[in-house]
Amino acid sequence: MSQVLLLGPAHEAAGVRRAEIEGDTLAEVMAAAVTRFGPRFAEILAISRLWVNGEDAPADQAVGPSDEIAVVPPVSGG
Amino acid sequence: MTVDQSLDWVAVSAERLNPDELADWVMRPDCGAIVTFFGTTRTTSTLEHEIIELEYDTDIDLAESRIRRVIAAARERWPQVRAIAIHHRVGTVAVREPAVVVAVSSPHRGEAFAAAQFCIDAVKRTVPMWKREVWQNGSAWSQEAQDILDVGDLEPS
Repeated sequence: MSQVLLLGPAHEAAGVRRAEIEGDTLAEVMAAAVTRFGPRFAEILAISRLWVNGEDAPADQAVGPSDEIAVVPPVSGG
Repeated sequence: MTVDQSLDWVAVSAERLNPDELADWVMRPDCGAIVTFFGTTRTTSTLEHEIIELEYDTDIDLAESRIRRVIAAARERWPQVRAIAIHHRVGTVAVREPAVVVAVSSPHRGEAFAAAQFCIDAVKRTVPMWKREVWQNGSAWSQEAQDILDVGDLEPS
C-alpha cells in the first residue's frame, strides 16, 4: 500500500489527485493503478516518469505506506 | 504568500503575480544589478485556436521543492548572485498575465543575466507543472510538453 500522487494529464486520466494503492513494489502499485484507472491512464503512464519521495525510482523498488509515488508526465510549465 | 528574510523566495500559488514585487524583494544594498524575467500567457499556440486562458496544474509542495533545487544549482554556478525569487502561478491564468516570474540580484549584471536565464530554463525543464490551453469551445494539454529532467542533468551554462 502506497500513496500515489497523480499529476497533470495523469490526474485528469485517473480522475483523482491522490490514491492509496496496493503493491509491494513500484511496478506492482502501477499495475494495480492501471487496473483501477483504465487504458487512458495506462497511455499517460507509459510516457511518465515515476518518483518515490521526490526521486527517480526503478520499477523493482520496494514501497510501503510511508512512501509517496508521483506519476510525472512530460511537463509544460512556464 | 509569506515573505521571509532569507535570500530565496519561492512561491507556487493561485495569486496574481506582480513582477515589481519580486524585483523589490531581491534588491540588496550591495547589488548593482537586478534582472527580472516574466513569462506571460499568449493567445498563440501550436494549436489552431486563439487561446483565451491557461490552466496550470501541479502539486504545490513538490513544485516548490523542485524550484528550490533550481535556485541551489544557480547559486553553485554563479556564487556572486545574492537574492533569487521565483514564483509560478497555478490554476486559471488569463491571457497577458504573468504565469512565472524570476528575479535575481547580483553585484554586477553579467551573472544576474546568466543566472536568471538558467533559472527560467531550468524551471521549464525540471519543475512538475502542466499547462492546459483553453479556447472558446474547448481545451487541451499543451503540445509542447517535454520529459521532466533533474536539474543536475541540465547542460552546463
